[in-house]
Amino acid sequence: MKFDLILRIGTKLILPFVLVFAFYIHFHGDYRPGGGFQGGVIAAGTVFLVAITFGLAAAKRIAPNWLVEFMVPLGVLIFAGAGVAGLLMGKNYLDYSVFSANSATGHELGILIVELGVLITVAGTMTALFYAFVERGR
Amino acid sequence: MNAVLPHLPALQVVVPLIGAILAAFLRRGNFAFTLTLAVSAILPFISGALLWQVLTGGPISYAMGGWAPPIGIEYRVDLLSAFVLMLISVVGVVIIPFAHRSVASEIDASKQAWFYCMYLLCLTGLLGITITGDAFNAFVFLEVSSLATYVLIAMGRDRRALLAAFQYLIIGTIGATLYVIGVGFLYLLTGSLNMVDVAQRLAAVEPDQMRTVITALAFITVGVSLKLALFPLHVWLPNAYAYAPSWVTVFLAATATKVAIYLLVRYLFSIFGVAVNLQALPVGEIIIALSLAAMFIASFVAVFETNLKRMLAYSSVAQIGYITLGIGLANQAGLTGGLVHIVNHAFMKAALFLALGAIVYRIGSARLGDLAGIGRKMPLTMAAFAVAGLGLIGTPGTSGFISKWFLAIGALDRGWWILVPAIMASSMIAFVYVGRVLEMAYLREPSAETARASDPPLSMLLPMLVLAAATVYFGFDTEWTAGIAGKASQALVQGLAR
Amino acid sequence: MQALNNFIAHYNYVITIFLMITGLYIMVARSNMVKKLIGLSIFQTSVYLLYLEPGKILGGTPPIIDKAFTVYSNPLPHVLILTAIVVGVATLALGLALVVRINEAYGSIEEDEIFKKDREQ
Repeated sequence: MKFDLILRIGTKLILPFVLVFAFYIHFHGDYRPGGGFQGGVIAAGTVFLVAITFGLAAAKRIAPNWLVEFMVPLGVLIFAGAGVAGLLMGKNYLDYSVFSANSATGHELGILIVELGVLITVAGTMTALFYAFVERGR
Repeated sequence: MNAVLPHLPALQVVVPLIGAILAAFLRRGNFAFTLTLAVSAILPFISGALLWQVLTGGPISYAMGGWAPPIGIEYRVDLLSAFVLMLISVVGVVIIPFAHRSVASEIDASKQAWFYCMYLLCLTGLLGITITGDAFNAFVFLEVSSLATYVLIAMGRDRRALLAAFQYLIIGTIGATLYVIGVGFLYLLTGSLNMVDVAQRLAAVEPDQMRTVITALAFITVGVSLKLALFPLHVWLPNAYAYAPSWVTVFLAATATKVAIYLLVRYLFSIFGVAVNLQALPVGEIIIALSLAAMFIASFVAVFETNLKRMLAYSSVAQIGYITLGIGLANQAGLTGGLVHIVNHAFMKAALFLALGAIVYRIGSARLGDLAGIGRKMPLTMAAFAVAGLGLIGTPGTSGFISKWFLAIGALDRGWWILVPAIMASSMIAFVYVGRVLEMAYLREPSAETARASDPPLSMLLPMLVLAAATVYFGFDTEWTAGIAGKASQALVQGLAR
Repeated sequence: MQALNNFIAHYNYVITIFLMITGLYIMVARSNMVKKLIGLSIFQTSVYLLYLEPGKILGGTPPIIDKAFTVYSNPLPHVLILTAIVVGVATLALGLALVVRINEAYGSIEEDEIFKKDREQ
């Protein structure tokens, strides 16, 4: 699709909005349908879109293999680390009330952090899956 | 120390989890191995401290995230779970030195870090199933460990490993889904997922709701039985054990099925058994019948198997039959026999698979015909094999005898003396298949292939010697195996509704 | 008539059980591995329904506390099933990845053909 002007420009136009939408879904996940999982899939969608319109090489410039493989454990580490934070502050594992003086705010913050971890892992995993399937049979 | 002590139940699961994540960051197999070694070395201390706490102070309850049970997820350590946790951690630390060379010889260098990551995830899942007091949380951990197991099996060198992993994936997922259906029925009935709470609320259900309880019991029993490879639901096991990397087979044989057995005991004795009079249902009888079938049919198949990994895998199915026999007997001595055999079988089967792994490492084959005279060339390896093999048969002086002794007493207590000759007859079949290997290893002239073999390096030799020594040691000193298993089964049997 | 009434009144359970059996049947009867995975997916989906149906309470609103409402739907099944869905997706992805690898190694995804190839070896 190298010469299809509308697709190329359209993709470029739409990309930032897709990414913003991904984060919108993520940050509103705590009191509306959404969250890190859905946000992560949408964020990974930007990479797919680039790969489909501009080719795999262009997508790999945005999200190289090392970054994708780094993101997968990073998200889980954020999730587990949020739990360990509770342990370090003398509360039980996964107790998010330590993030703020107010227990409710602390939990909200904790959920956001955890969901960020989910977003990173899901986006990384989806991209890794996509790469793995696209690169097969070449 | 006082700051750490109350959080040990969480750390038991969190330490291997964090280890798995860090292993995924490390690109180099050697670094990942060192990390895995460190994690494996910490775990026995945690589970040892938990066991000590339970022995001195009774069951421990840990509220995840500060949410008090039964609303929040509870990690609950009682004697049974502490016993199984200890088993997993000890097996993990004993067999890990073997992994370094074995994995290096069987897995591509680029995949080794991922291999250790998957192993630690599998360990996390198994420990999690054992420690959690929440029925749905157990399902999640079951799937964590299963998914990691599928990957580990698929890493085998033979292409049949892929097929074995796929078949296990289908069957394992059916098992886990059946389990979750059963948990769903329990939840619909009681409105709770906390195991202790469910048991209490089940005791209060109306008689006309018993149908749902029995349905849930059936789904959970069949689902978990698929995971623990109760005959005839064992079809996934031989191929999975035969084609997985050698060291993975050791780990799975020693721990994975044992944890599923733990789950079965937990449901039959602490949840359904407390609420419903299981004696009125033919649950025990069905399990005993299937166990007997496993003890004989799987042993018979093992006799005619020429691939030794498959032979030991069928022997595992037969030995799981002994364990479930004890569960089916459902009395103090029988259950003690079953629980103690969990540990004894884990140690001896790990030693056998380690010896076999060392042979594969040296001569690249696990076929019976290729082993001629290997006992003279790899004396220590085959000595470990022989000792653990004697344990498998149940020779007096080995730990296998202790298990069978308790099982026999359990059978007599129940008034089913016919089971005693059955246990002995099945041991005779084990004598045939173990003897066949020993005959090939010691009484034949070494072939050109085996003549070049020699005992593996110390890091591989030590684990199997330790486990073989444990097989003998626990045949004499039973305080740590049968002693704790006896206390655990006493608590479980006393809780049963009459 | 009573039986028919029961049947219609519990139509959601009928659908759930139908899906459950369909999924199991596909897994047992088909030798094509992708179809097996489709069956697996259907089987798991039926369990999602099993959990979600009783969570919906007639007249209940989403469980966000507000003075205007007194009856709320049960949120716990949704949380559980969200977890189960993630597990299901991971299983499906791993299964498909294995099928791709099997296809590369054997040149087929029909189980009976693969068994034949293994026997010939």
